[in-house]
This record gives sequence, structure tokens and C-alpha cells, in this order.
Amino acid sequence: MRSKPFLTVAHRLAILAYIVVALFPLFWLLKVSVTPNDLLYSEGVRMWPSRATFEHYTFVIAHSAFPTFFKNSLIVAGSTAVAVTILASLAGYALSRFRFRAKYWIVALMLVTQMFPLVMLVAPIFKMLSPLGLTNSLTGLVIVYTAFNVPFATFLMQSFFDGIPRDLEEAAMIDGATQFVAFRQIILPLTLPGIAATLGFVFTAAWSELLFALMLISGNDAATFPVGLLTFVSKFSVDFGQMMAAGILALIPACLFFLLIQRYLVQGLTAGAVKG
Amino acid sequence: MASIDIQDIRKSFGTFSVLHGVDLTIRDGEFIVLVGPSGCGKSTLLRMIAGLEDVTSGDIRIDGRRVNDLAPKDRDIAMVFQSYALYPHMSVADNMSYSLKLRRTAKEKIASAVGGAAAKLGLDPLLERRPRALSGGQRQRVAMGRAIVRQPKAFLFDEPLSNLDARLREQMRAEIKKLHGDLHATSIYVTHDQIEAMTLADRIVAMHAGVVQQVGTPLDLYDRPANLFVAGFIGSPGMNFFEGCYLVSGDQAELRLANGVTLPVPQRAGIEPGATATLGIRPEHVVLDAHGALEAKVDLIEPTGFGIIMHVSIHDVPMKIFTLDRAMLDPGPAVRVDLPQERLHLFGTQGQRVE
Ligand SMILES: Nc1ncnc2c1ncn2[C@@H]1O[C@H](COP(=O)(O)OP(=O)(O)OP(=O)(O)O)[C@@H](O)[C@H]1O
Ligand SMILES: [Mg+2]
Repeated sequence: MRSKPFLTVAHRLAILAYIVVALFPLFWLLKVSVTPNDLLYSEGVRMWPSRATFEHYTFVIAHSAFPTFFKNSLIVAGSTAVAVTILASLAGYALSRFRFRAKYWIVALMLVTQMFPLVMLVAPIFKMLSPLGLTNSLTGLVIVYTAFNVPFATFLMQSFFDGIPRDLEEAAMIDGATQFVAFRQIILPLTLPGIAATLGFVFTAAWSELLFALMLISGNDAATFPVGLLTFVSKFSVDFGQMMAAGILALIPACLFFLLIQRYLVQGLTAGAVKG
Repeated sequence: MASIDIQDIRKSFGTFSVLHGVDLTIRDGEFIVLVGPSGCGKSTLLRMIAGLEDVTSGDIRIDGRRVNDLAPKDRDIAMVFQSYALYPHMSVADNMSYSLKLRRTAKEKIASAVGGAAAKLGLDPLLERRPRALSGGQRQRVAMGRAIVRQPKAFLFDEPLSNLDARLREQMRAEIKKLHGDLHATSIYVTHDQIEAMTLADRIVAMHAGVVQQVGTPLDLYDRPANLFVAGFIGSPGMNFFEGCYLVSGDQAELRLANGVTLPVPQRAGIEPGATATLGIRPEHVVLDAHGALEAKVDLIEPTGFGIIMHVSIHDVPMKIFTLDRAMLDPGPAVRVDLPQERLHLFGTQGQRVE
């Protein structure tokens, strides 16, 4: 089918409009981050300051606690992503392939955990973690994030496993594999897109989580980057330039991460669309 | 190579019972074809032999050893799936050698086994390709190759050719037959295809609703179907049936149909006079004869190229005739036919064959 030129143009324009709307805040972030403090309020609304500077970046990297926040976030988000993906792969496989007695109830319980506004859970979780010495600790955050992300990630992984024909692991088992070997050598490699999607999803969720980080962490040593951003807000002023510079820097790992997995991600999003 | 012995196998999924006691003894090297309508439990039986499905009750023995509780990997059986189930992320060579690698076979042995199977199936130029870069027929061959490389005790095939087009199916059918001639491997083959069943089988097992209806050579089933189900299932176009009342007067027997037509039938001691019986005759056995005893109205002519299928009716009772006579392409409004006595099959009230 040849598409009509008019429709193609309209289609492209619509996509362009969407991209502009989606990316404009990011552009503004960048713009403010390179605007010198003295020009921030004096130049009115402009698309680009008359004089750009990197001084906010150098300050943030050299003189603030930002590198610590950054490292903490990397540890928390990375560990959470890996832990959740491992758990969710195993659980998703079980839900997809095995029949067991409590399956219905386990699924129902997992859904229930997704129904509460997280704010309601802050106090009880704090109460549980503090006697264990897990408040104000990265480990505590990783545990909490993992717990909250596993249910959704499990359903995500389950849907990927559901998309892989059962014949494949049955063929492997007849070829001489145990169910676990079939899972590891046949099914898992075919689920790489799903694993990449889950890793990416959980990484970004943990990377930008604010509520629990704020409630469970006090002090800069264990603060993650979203909490750290708040240190740029003082009682009397907000240092927008530094805050935006930190924000831009914080985007880098997420971007790199997605760059790394996007090959699998695109496959994943279209998987199952075509038989073959 | 092995014999397979199945004793009173039953299978239920929850409360839903699929197999109701299947007995079957398969000799070493025999080619068994399982036929039956959709949902009768053929795949289930095959999967139980492979170990993919638990046995609800009964015993499965391979070479005399009870395998009910053995994992699929320990049964040393190969299976060709309808979907082929090739590993998409592995090359053809890796697909074929996977089972040998799992068994830690020496590298040189793997290479020679894969090479041998590839040569047999004409897969040599494809060994480095991924399955998605293969045509349906080539995928089918790889699936066969994967099964034969490791010389298992038995082969199971679940409708392996049903995804191929007619021409390719014919070709693969012949190849499977040749392969079996070479390897003499015990094989169980599930199919819907009449011709596959007739041409490949040493013995056919006809199943219906989870019960084995008849086991025998293809010609046994064709010539002497044990009951109405087998009679109707084997053969294409299917057998004609006439149900009526079995009457005897003197040494003559006849069947009186509901519409009053009477058909002479051979006398059989197995049917009570006055009981309901069914007469069957294959379309290819009906004789077109200008002096035939019965007049049949012609409803429809289906030329197949090879022959002609005529749909006729005898006093509104439909019947099919298969003939090679080209003159019948334009037979006029009615023909006269004979139902030769020696070609008639008689079935009693329960549908069982009566001799
Ligand atoms: N896992 C299962 N759970 C419940 N019922 C099942 C399951 N597998 C098969 N069945 C049922 O068992 C019956 C037999 O299925 P089976 O697949 O053996 O049929 P089949 O003879 O191979 O049919 P076909 O020719 O269509 O492949 C069917 O009614 C099917 O719905
Ligand atoms: Mg089947």
C-alpha cells in the first residue's frame, strides 16, 4: 500500500509536535543550567541566555555533595534493578509455566500490593525498618524498592514468558535438559528483550524515587540524588542554576542505560507482533 | 531402538477425563500411526509417552522398563513437534547438536552425527543459518534432523507435516518412509491425513473419544473396519452408510430403510432379524451399471482430475460414488447402480462389525 503524501506529512508533524512538547522541559533544564546567576532574572524569558556558563556544573561536581548522591543513587538503582529482575524472572516463569495450588492467591496478593497509595505505607515501613537498623541505609532503600517493584515486574516478565511457546522448553527437555537448564539455555536468551525492559523500568523507577528516600534517609551520606536535589533549596533562596545542572548530570546514567538496552527494548516492544 | 508397552493408560485433567484406558504394544522398529478426530487424545497419549504429561493411572514401559516417573530427559525419546519448536537463537547446527551437547558427547562425535544427519536430510548448506531464515519445509527437516542425530530409542511425531503445503507434504512423507526404512526406529506418528496413515504405518491405531477403536495394518482397517467409527474415519471420500431394519425371509436377507427402500444384504448370524443394522459400502466399490438394481438421482458431480466423485440419492438417501469413468462427467439426471454383496460391510445395533 502506498501511503498518501499528505497523510505522511501530517503524521510526521504530529510526531514532531509530540516530541517538542515532551522534550521542551528538558531543554529548559539545560538552558537554566547554563545561565549565569546574574542573568537568570534579569533577561526576561529567552530561549537562550546571552552568555552561557559551565560554572554551575563545576560547582556541583567539585564543591557540593552531589557526587555522593550520585554514587548512592547508582548503587541503589542498580542493585534494585538487578535484584528485581532476577526475582521477577523466576517468579514470572513460575506463574507462566507451573500450576500450583496457591497460584491464584499469590497473584491476587501481588495485585493488592499495587493498590495502596505509597504514602500510606511510609509509617509502617519506617517502623519495621528502624529496629533492623535499615533506616538511613542504602540497603534499606534497596529492600523497599525491590519489594515495591517486584509485583509489577513479575507480571511484565510473565507476559514475556507467556509469549514464548511452551513447545520450546518441552523440546529442550526431550533433548535431555532439566526444566531449569531449559529455562536458562533456551527460554532466558529469548526473553532478553523482556529482561532489558524490566531492568530499564525498575532502574528509572528507583533512580527517581523521592518519597521513601526522603522519609527513610536523613543526612547527606546515604541520600540519593532526588533527595540531594532538595539541598539546593535553602530557607531563603533556591539555587536554580546548580539544581538544574545537577538534574542534567543525573539524566546521564539513565540515558546511558537506555542507550545500552534500547536494542533489546525495541525488540521487546514489538515482540509478539509478528509470528515467526 | 525399543519396544513400547502401554497398559491401561488413563489421563484426566482435573475432573475432565481424556483417555479412558488405552492398551497398546508397539514392537521394536515398528511404525505406528495414531489417527482420530480432533480432541480424541492423540497428542495427550504421545506426550505421556514422552514424559511431558503425568500419567493418571496405568503403566508405560519402554524396553520393559517402567518409565511413568521418569523425566523426559531420561527416557531417551525424540519428538518432532507440529510447530517444529526449533530454538530460534541457535543455528541449525546448534539446534541439531543441542541434545548431544547436553549429553557431553565428544566434539568429533557430535560433528560426525550432525554431518551425517544433515547429509541425509539435505541440510548441509543451511547449517549456519538461524531457523527464522528457513522456509517451512527446511524447518521441518531441521526438526527431523534434531530428532535423528542422537539415535534415540523411539521417535514421536505429532502431526509433523500439517504445516506444509500439499506438494511438500507428499515429498516429506516419502522421505520419512525412506528414513524409517534406513533407521528401523520405533516410531509413533500422529496425523489427520488419511494418506499419511495408510502409506506410512506398519499398524494404524484408530482412536475416538479417548478409546482405541481398532489396531491393525492399514489394509485391515480399510477392508475390515471393526466398527462404524473406523469404517467412517478411514477412507476418503468416506464410506456410505444406510441404517435400517435387518429382515430375513428364507435364505434371503435385506435391510429395510426408513423410507421403505429395501437393499439386499448378505445373511449374518450376528444380527437378530428385526434389529437395527447399518450397511456400509465404500464409494469406490459402488458399481455403475446400466442394468443395476437401484436407480439413483444425480445431485452433484465433483471431478478430481484423477477420478470423479458423484453425489447421488436413492429415494432421498444420499450416497457417494467414486469412479474413474470419464463418461460419468455428464451422466444425465439419473444412473443405475449395483451394490456388490462381497463389498458390503454390516454393522450391528452397537455399531460393531458383524461377519
Ligand atoms: N492441559 C490441558 N488441560 C485441560 N485439558 C486438556 C489439556 N490438554 C489437552 N486437553 C484436552 O484433552 C483433550 C484431548 O486433547 P489432545 O490434544 O490430546 O487431542 P488431539 O487428539 O491431539 O487433537 P488434535 O487432533 O486437535 O491435535 C481435548 O479435549 C483437550 O481439550
Ligand atoms: Mg494433537
